[in-house]
Amino acid sequence: MVDPNADQSRPVTITPYPDGPYLVRGDFVVTDQEGNELPTARRTIALCRCGKSRIRPFCDGTHKLIGFKAPSGTEPWPCD
Amino acid sequence: MRLIELPPPRGPLSERLFEALEGPPDTGLEAPAAVDSADPLADEDLQLALYVAYEIHYAGISGVEERWEWAPSLIGFRAELERPFEAAVAELVQPATAAELASVGAALQEIVAEDPGPPLSRYMETQGTLEQMHEHVIHRSAYQLKEADPHSWAIPRLSPVPKAALLEVQADEYGGGDAERMHSVLFAKTMTALGLDPAYGAYLEQLPALTLATVNLMSGFGLHRRRRGAIVGHLAAFEMTSSIPNRRYGNALRRLGCGPEATHFYDEHVEADAVHENIAAWDLAGGLAADEPEVAADILFGARALLQLEARWATHLMDSWDRGESSLRQPAAVPA
Repeated sequence: MVDPNADQSRPVTITPYPDGPYLVRGDFVVTDQEGNELPTARRTIALCRCGKSRIRPFCDGTHKLIGFKAPSGTEPWPCD
Repeated sequence: MRLIELPPPRGPLSERLFEALEGPPDTGLEAPAAVDSADPLADEDLQLALYVAYEIHYAGISGVEERWEWAPSLIGFRAELERPFEAAVAELVQPATAAELASVGAALQEIVAEDPGPPLSRYMETQGTLEQMHEHVIHRSAYQLKEADPHSWAIPRLSPVPKAALLEVQADEYGGGDAERMHSVLFAKTMTALGLDPAYGAYLEQLPALTLATVNLMSGFGLHRRRRGAIVGHLAAFEMTSSIPNRRYGNALRRLGCGPEATHFYDEHVEADAVHENIAAWDLAGGLAADEPEVAADILFGARALLQLEARWATHLMDSWDRGESSLRQPAAVPA
């Protein structure tokens, strides 16, 4: 069987989506502070960026209810 | 193998179609004269005939030869049903503006934020009854037992960037290589847990036109290459309006005392669609609009069409329940 995750040459990629979560792709592992692995069932996951998800650290779409705004790229600093 | 039974016809169109399908392919099916329907979305006869005309691409039909699928007379018949349906949908959809077309991903966010539908999932979460939840599941079975399939028709029609995005979503919809995690399989498990019949097509006879129309919309978009923009926009808006309602439906079932075997489908969609909606809006829809600007307007059409038909369907459910009636054609036979 071909393991779709076998290609180790592609680095783990973290992409902030506009006004939304961080999408993580690649051969990643999510752990808690003690190093215990948090189970993830899918190849691409969404990590909460607004802080209000009820399934943190994963996204549950709540950012849309609270009007969360953030660009996909780096925010300009210092803010004016 | 998926195999459905032909349901009882609901008028002259479905009667003519079903009679012909029971005979040898491509004989005895005359296209109707221009179909005149006052309200095509709620026309029981039109929507059922169209549903079966599309269903032959997804499933076997008991007693119907498989060669009917591409019989020219069936395609011609179907076209006469699609014409008034497409026109009725177009009447509900406002045209995209130049500003929206310039950023399809951002426009989709605004379109779904203005969802015209009634608060069905909030109602279910806080006060819906188990009987109403059963009805909701039966309505949704028309799509959820073939979840993702109507959008998969688009795969070979897309250029590499939007195609990769669509596959990223669809691979997860189909369980990421594990049939037990396939969303249609999870839905069948929910039906079983609720004491409903999980067999594909089991409740077709009970589904009203407005429910069939929500599925005919995506089958029509999916089966016509010219509507590749619309099926992509439909998927994006579907994913973008999924996480929060599905959390509420899961909460509704928990409030009603159902266990994880019933709620797993909904809980899975909270996390899955929070991933999918971003890929679908920005990488799939945005990627398609960048590659093929000429279909950008149809992407937004597909999104708006989904929201309009879902709103009409949800209004039918809530109005029926307000009147103390079933939202199905006959009340569901469910366990006590």
